Amino acid sequence: MGDGDSTGSAEPIRFVHRGRVREIRGVDPNTTVLNWLRAGGLTGTKEGCAEGDCGACTVVVGEAAGGRLCYRAVNACIQFVPALDGKALVTVEDLAGAGGALHPVQRAMVEQHASQCGFCTPGFVMSLFALYRAPGKPDRARINDAIAGNLCRCTGYRPIVNAALVACAGARNDEFLRAEAGTLALLGSIRRERGLVYEAAGRRFYAPVSEDELAAALLREPAARILAGGTDLALEVTKQHRDLDTLIHVGGVRGLADIEESASHLEIGAAAPYGDAMAAIAAAYPEFAEVLRRLGSEQIRNVATMGGNIANASPIGDTPPLLLALGASVVLRKGAARRELALDDFFLAYRKTALAPGEFIARIRIPKPRAGLRFAAYKVSKRFDQDISAVCGAFAVETGGGIVRAARVAFGGMAATPKRAAGCEAALTGKPWNEATVAAAAAALERDFAPISDMRASARYRTAVARNLLWRFFRSEALPPAEAHVLRYGT
Amino acid sequence: MAKRRTGNGAAAGVVHRAIAHDSAEKHVSGAALYVDDVPEPPGTLFAAFGLSARPHARLTSVDLAPVRAAPGVVAVMAAADIPGKNDCAPVFADDPIFADGVVEHVGQCIFAVAAATVEQARRAARLARIEYEDLPALLTVEDALAANSLLEPPQVMKRGDAARAIARAKHRRAGRFGIGGQEHFYLEGQAAFAIPGEGRDMLVLSSTQNPTEIQHVCAAALGIPDAAVTAECRRMGGAFGGKETQGAFFAAVAALLAWKTGRPVKVRADRDDDMEMTGKRHDFVVGYEAGFDDAGRIQGVEFMLASRCGRSADLSLAINDRAMMHCDNAYYLPNVSVASYRCKTHTVSNTAFRGFGGPQGMMAIEYVLDEIARALGKDPLDVRRANLYGGRGRDVTPYHMRVDDNAAPALMAELATSADYRRRRAEIADFNAKSPILKRGLALTPVKFGISFTTTHLNQAGALVHLYTDGSVHLNHGGTEMGQGLFTKVAQVVADEFGASLDRVQITATNTGKVPNTTPTAASAGSDMNGMAARNAARTIKARLLPVAAAELGCAPGAVVFAGNRVRGGRRSMTLAALAKKAFLARVSLSAAGYYRTPKIHFDRARWRGRPFYYFAYGAAASEIVLDTLTGEHRLLRVDILHDVGQSLNPAIDLGQIEGGFVQGAGWLTSEELVWDAKGRLATHAPSTYKIPAASDCPADFRVSIWRKGRNREAAIHRSKAVGEPPLMLAISVFHAIKDAAASAAGRAVRLDAPATPERVLLALEDAAAAADAPKREAAE
Repeated sequence: MGDGDSTGSAEPIRFVHRGRVREIRGVDPNTTVLNWLRAGGLTGTKEGCAEGDCGACTVVVGEAAGGRLCYRAVNACIQFVPALDGKALVTVEDLAGAGGALHPVQRAMVEQHASQCGFCTPGFVMSLFALYRAPGKPDRARINDAIAGNLCRCTGYRPIVNAALVACAGARNDEFLRAEAGTLALLGSIRRERGLVYEAAGRRFYAPVSEDELAAALLREPAARILAGGTDLALEVTKQHRDLDTLIHVGGVRGLADIEESASHLEIGAAAPYGDAMAAIAAAYPEFAEVLRRLGSEQIRNVATMGGNIANASPIGDTPPLLLALGASVVLRKGAARRELALDDFFLAYRKTALAPGEFIARIRIPKPRAGLRFAAYKVSKRFDQDISAVCGAFAVETGGGIVRAARVAFGGMAATPKRAAGCEAALTGKPWNEATVAAAAAALERDFAPISDMRASARYRTAVARNLLWRFFRSEALPPAEAHVLRYGT
Repeated sequence: MAKRRTGNGAAAGVVHRAIAHDSAEKHVSGAALYVDDVPEPPGTLFAAFGLSARPHARLTSVDLAPVRAAPGVVAVMAAADIPGKNDCAPVFADDPIFADGVVEHVGQCIFAVAAATVEQARRAARLARIEYEDLPALLTVEDALAANSLLEPPQVMKRGDAARAIARAKHRRAGRFGIGGQEHFYLEGQAAFAIPGEGRDMLVLSSTQNPTEIQHVCAAALGIPDAAVTAECRRMGGAFGGKETQGAFFAAVAALLAWKTGRPVKVRADRDDDMEMTGKRHDFVVGYEAGFDDAGRIQGVEFMLASRCGRSADLSLAINDRAMMHCDNAYYLPNVSVASYRCKTHTVSNTAFRGFGGPQGMMAIEYVLDEIARALGKDPLDVRRANLYGGRGRDVTPYHMRVDDNAAPALMAELATSADYRRRRAEIADFNAKSPILKRGLALTPVKFGISFTTTHLNQAGALVHLYTDGSVHLNHGGTEMGQGLFTKVAQVVADEFGASLDRVQITATNTGKVPNTTPTAASAGSDMNGMAARNAARTIKARLLPVAAAELGCAPGAVVFAGNRVRGGRRSMTLAALAKKAFLARVSLSAAGYYRTPKIHFDRARWRGRPFYYFAYGAAASEIVLDTLTGEHRLLRVDILHDVGQSLNPAIDLGQIEGGFVQGAGWLTSEELVWDAKGRLATHAPSTYKIPAASDCPADFRVSIWRKGRNREAAIHRSKAVGEPPLMLAISVFHAIKDAAASAAGRAVRLDAPATPERVLLALEDAAAAADAPKREAAE
């Protein structure tokens, strides 16, 4: 692409599958991996929802990382085929060894009676396979996280969790480990030095490999849709039956997924999947990481990005309120020009942002913890895991000498955009950090927002919860965590 | 039992053993085929639907020309294009396949389109130009009650004089609460694949609990004899009642489009369409008034049960009947009156769902008992136990069936001990006194669930068994496999009869051409009935083999034993294969149909009297939760379950049913909230908005036991008990644990509707606090 030839001659998508490089031509770039697999007769991978919420379509994608092969579970129903470029694909049909010998996770699933109707089972098997190949011996909490994106309606999950414990208990020496060097060599052979330009069915898919390529492509194609994890964008195809004629995929842009740390800031590359950003965020703000743990599912977090979450500008995205409370900023780039914008100035209206045509988010800059700063964030939803917030509240209060020096309070689910609670902040700032101040701030908070009622929560509940989350922030300071939140109880 | 050991040999046991699901290895390797996985013959078309956007309207114009003109479209069909009967209803001929002139719920199908690809069909379906003239829409139970919009006159079940008993009782309590519906959320959506054959023949592969009904509906829609249609189902990716009747529409559409085009047609509903188009568990409004004594014993109780049935009857009458029959649960109600209102609304027609009304009935009485306990300041467990069936004159249900297998008192006592209920109750009280934000709650509730279809004629089953001359066995029966392990259990029964190892029994797809005139796999009765029918078929073959074996082995026919894939008599033995060959050469038939009808049952619906159930299945659960009083969020901490499955045919499968049923029930009562907007549109039509339990919702401390003392006093198959539905209702303990914690937080009983979402719980706490403040405010004024 880099030379500015936007029509380009179509190149094939290349990925590793079953020990060889597959070259794909002529497949509409709006085709999902799921539909492509099933059309080719690989029907082990199932469609349960076509929106990335049930996990029946889970497949595993392998990528080289630090000289090792890193396997991640993803939802095939919302991954477009060209996004496989440069990766290795593993489906449920691939796990059994020679002569049909079951993989250890498959064997454990059978032995633990972990399938009933069997329709969700291939997806669970793939999530467990990714877990099996990941480092570390998983405990129950880790297993629950690994399968939070897989719904089972029959078993009640206990036997599936047991299967994971059993499968991961011993040495994890499977055929995929033995084949790792070969797979890495194949992946090396299809690594791109310049971006992919793929065309089929009259639609185009660009996958630049450098930020410069990306910037140039967006200048040329300001109407193109930027595809990161695709966990929201793909639904326009699967649910609204729209055509995405030009997609620019940022997942392969080197450097755009980097996570860096300066003395004062965490810098998260806009294209870094949450899964990659979690460790750095957890070290700085454990409460932020806990919200991320409950954002989407493992399959979603393996592809979805903070950049996408911000650019999408949904009022119920989970990271914006946290970032607003922390005073984060975004580094934007258009062509060669860069600018840094406080996130406060980024969200303009419902799903409207300050991004100019052709501009993209390059980095998210999060100030690091400072002395005197207390931060907490709370996500409230009908289900703890893999649900969208009814209300998500984030609180960053700096105190000194018992006085609130600065307060940033932001909410998702309370307005048409992620939004700070200006009145609440004003009622806190400069006041003693005590019950009376919080009561006044809680009253002010109710005037800050006029939330809507929808299928996730009523306005009355949202208002009550926002107020109560402020109380939790205040009261939990004096309580052990196990007494302040149901998810911490018993820990 | 004794007969099985001596007569049928396989005492080492292929029954009563924890054997893996027959398809487990296929499930984990992606090799198990569901309808949509069946390879498509060349020329196969794919269907999509045009759906009503209005809850109640006259169709003033349906312009399908743009649909017909869309790329890839081969056929479009609406009501006028149906050659036969435009109906896919199970009972009352009130479910048009395609709306004819009027639509009665959002998501009702107006037309269907067949195109070369799924995507083309779905895009084409969106191009229709439909004009509506809106009519008044009744969307809720309250709307329908106000308008007296009922499917049939209210049903009333009475015993004694409830009003008088309540009036004379020392204490009284009355109230009203709501119980939400539930989406089945089978992971495999509705699907059908119609393949036209020669002439008028039609093969319909359907994801259905009721292949016979699929056959009948398709034949009627095509205007051809039943015999020309074969319906088949190898397995479903979950059903839970949602494919008892709801598959018929999809199968009919596939068959109609296949007929119209002469090409195979696959129909698979997108998840959102599936959730909008298909019925769900009925939501209920329950009104109650109870009179009781100082011990909390009910003297009299009156219930008003009103359910939202939706636009047609479907199975709603039987579902509401079962709700009435379960509002005693495990308790003796000396004076009782239950009035049941079956509301017709302009919403999707609600249908069967695991428990079939029973769960809502049980919720009614359990709510009343909880309220009684709180009114008296007693532990709800004590009040529950005081009201159990048992003792002189306390053993007859409101519908005059004697409870002669009453296991609830023993089960509850055992569970209260094993779950350490009393100590934990005290410990929780201490915790709650000290903990400002979090409160814990505990509840122990029983389940008594009647086994048999309450529609008596449905209690029959058929099977077909062939013994081949290599000793292998072909097994077929009218029951369908939806994950519940029915095929495995029936194969165990047949293997046991022949003394054969399980791998000698070939499980085959349910097929109306093999076993005709079957009833749905439902009412938990699948293994009871099909197990018996298959055993009868096997026994017929064995009876024919005995003289052959006796002659070959030189013993009396009565001395022949089938075991270990061999047939023994005296000191001699031969393989089953050798015997089968000998029998063939002797011109003995090795194929038999088996039949079974459940004995002893009868019911007079006009008088609400009889014995609708062959027996009862029992269980009890103790659930503990922790509640966050700032948000209403709650989490299950520990669950103890003791469940009666009689003598389990397969403890692994039964345990799976118990655990899975419980978690599904917990979802119904906590996170699974169906929300409709003011225009009658379902707002929660996908897993992004409708939240079934996820892995972390399964309690970390989950102690589930099959009751060791369980034994069916009736001669059910190998003295086992049905297990499909009853465990779902164990989750009523979760609802009451939440209510318990909320009451502890509020310092008084709270009024709580189901599902107990965080929102409902928090608002219940706020309402309770406001109510507590009201007298103070009045006093201050």
